[in-house]
Amino acid sequence: MATTAQFRTCPTTGLKVNLTAEKLIKANAVVAVVFLAVGGLFGLLVALTRWPAVHFLPADWFYLALTAHGLDVLLVWIIFFEMAVLYFASAVLLNSRLAGPRWAWTGFGLMLVGAVITNIAVLRGQSSVMFTSYVPMMAEPSFYLGIILFAVGALIGCFVFFGTLVVAKQEKTYEGSIPLVTFGAVTAAIIAVFTIASGAIILIPTLLWSLGLVSYVDPLLYKTIWWGMGHSSQQINVSAHVAVWYAIAAMVFGAKPLSEKVSRMAFLMYILFLQLASAHHMLVEPGFSSEWKIFNTSYAMYLAVLGSMVHGMTVPGSIEAAQRARGLTKGLFEWLRKAPWSNPAFAGMFMSLVFFGFLGGISGVVMGTEQINLIMHNTLYVPGHFHATVVAGTTLAFMAITYLLVPLIFRRELMFRKLAQWQPYLFGIGVAGISLFMMGAGTLGVSRRHWDMTFADAQLPFDYPAAAFLMMGLNGIFAVLAALGGLIFIVVVVGSVFFGRKLGEDEKPSYPEVPPTAAAVGHYGSSDTIRIPGTAMLVGIFFIAFVLYYFVNWKYLSEIWPLS
Amino acid sequence: MAITPPSERIWWKEPIAKIELVWILIAFIWGLIMFFMMIYWHGAGEQNLSNEAYKITPVRFAQKAQAMIDAHTVRTENGFPVVHPPPGSEVYLIARLWQWWPILELEKDQSYRLHLSSMDWQHGFSLQPVNINVQVHPGYDMVVTLKPDQAGEFGVVCNEFCGIGHHTMVGKIYVVE
Repeated sequence: MATTAQFRTCPTTGLKVNLTAEKLIKANAVVAVVFLAVGGLFGLLVALTRWPAVHFLPADWFYLALTAHGLDVLLVWIIFFEMAVLYFASAVLLNSRLAGPRWAWTGFGLMLVGAVITNIAVLRGQSSVMFTSYVPMMAEPSFYLGIILFAVGALIGCFVFFGTLVVAKQEKTYEGSIPLVTFGAVTAAIIAVFTIASGAIILIPTLLWSLGLVSYVDPLLYKTIWWGMGHSSQQINVSAHVAVWYAIAAMVFGAKPLSEKVSRMAFLMYILFLQLASAHHMLVEPGFSSEWKIFNTSYAMYLAVLGSMVHGMTVPGSIEAAQRARGLTKGLFEWLRKAPWSNPAFAGMFMSLVFFGFLGGISGVVMGTEQINLIMHNTLYVPGHFHATVVAGTTLAFMAITYLLVPLIFRRELMFRKLAQWQPYLFGIGVAGISLFMMGAGTLGVSRRHWDMTFADAQLPFDYPAAAFLMMGLNGIFAVLAALGGLIFIVVVVGSVFFGRKLGEDEKPSYPEVPPTAAAVGHYGSSDTIRIPGTAMLVGIFFIAFVLYYFVNWKYLSEIWPLS
Repeated sequence: MAITPPSERIWWKEPIAKIELVWILIAFIWGLIMFFMMIYWHGAGEQNLSNEAYKITPVRFAQKAQAMIDAHTVRTENGFPVVHPPPGSEVYLIARLWQWWPILELEKDQSYRLHLSSMDWQHGFSLQPVNINVQVHPGYDMVVTLKPDQAGEFGVVCNEFCGIGHHTMVGKIYVVE
């Protein structure tokens, strides 16, 4: 089979594209988008229910929808898309054939079957146990079985990716070291293997327990190992979407990393330290020492956070350097003002970067501080944080690169360009609102995963402050905006993939526009001549916001009852 | 470009721009500050968890709680006993589907050793509007030494999803002068 691998040459990039890899990228991306649509719809229902004035679903449907929402978007959409990213970053970027295409299809099949089985289990109504499925609350066996099959499929995909790297190296399909984007994908895949192993270690016994074959699963043990999967899988997302940022910067601006060494070291920090994050979920649990909590929750003295802060400078910095090399040198921000804001790939990528850093990054570190977690654990602050990281960060970045993949991989012209142009703004601002208002409500104490914040049916009365109700109303409004943005994305992408005009064999797509000069800004000069004052200013603002917000929360903490 | 192999083959020997080095240094130092801030708070701050916890069966925990309820109940309210334990004593709060049992009445500026455990699934102890949030597990007795510094009526919301009645699970703590 290896010798018969077929290729086409991409007229835009000159890359040799393996046709099997291309089919796999298409299949994974299409299924990903379908689950994004399903999961997004459940998300909208959840937000409408938590909007006090609307309170849309009855309680049992609310908990069902919330379980399905978490599974379909946090796990299924993102991992399917990540498989597409892995095949793209290996086979396509390295001009290589795919190692074991049959294995890749097997993995894809297992993931699809697993996702469907788990979804059916949830929809049957006996498995409304939330995405986390904490024991001793029990779901139907097929709930766990589906996730396990899905995870095994994803694991196979990771090994096909690693195999493809080996094939590319042996067959000398590229010169020198692998591209930075591929390096980022390697990071994601390594973390994925760790993640899936954690999932298997805990979900297999839990499946046996739900079948009655094992009598007891310790809830603390479950939670510690489950979050080895649950949180680490979000670190796959971080690695993948940072790789996507670099990829979009390269494709739209021809941007070159400021320093390959620095950017790769930052990814290495992820591999070494991100897995410690299970501890973020164990800060107020019984049975852990403070030494354990502090070391783990800080990723060993914040070394993984260091990695993200480095990317936070090098990604916009590489764009600024590329723009300045092209002559946009006036003042601090001409490079940014004259960036292609009407190109949805760039707009989505840049908003993803800003929201991930300012909203998701800062809130995550603050919430993950051992003592500060006391005033945030399991409040709406938590989903506020991770909607900034996973939705405004990962999902928006993945949407952004889809606008480039449709013409380049699916070979179709993008339809509904005006809609596409507005989509990242609608979705990005909607999600930023969701994140902010949920964090606001969480600061006021509102519980997450809760059907009725008025406590109308409770035996004892309690009222949240009025401001909390306002926050949840605003959350609902911004959720509608985000859902509209999501819907437009689905319409544009599905429409283009199935009905867009087919591009001719040697035809370059006309949209999204890639500036004619985007052909690599091959060289920035020496390290002494790199000028990125605008980025330095942005990073400075970020740093000040980070420091202020961090200490404000220590102040909040110091005001609660003394406890020891 | 980031999607092509590095333009310099020996990329690891390229010097790093000064601005990147400065930022790495700032970020690293900030990380250290945040790390040591947590340790510092253990000495200087008043809000820390003792991490004191024991394995316990739900039956045994319920017995201990019942002993406290029998000894110190001062009245009942909506069918809940209101318990006024002596300052400094061991106080038990049962989490179960879907109640915090019993109602506690504490004295301001006195400390209590509050024991938390669940009879069934996981629950979340969320003291409002103070906003103290602690996870409650079945099979584990977690001890938190609390010192209420304001008088009033406080709600205990469950903030870990515990099934269809989750949103009805509200308890109460009074703090009296």
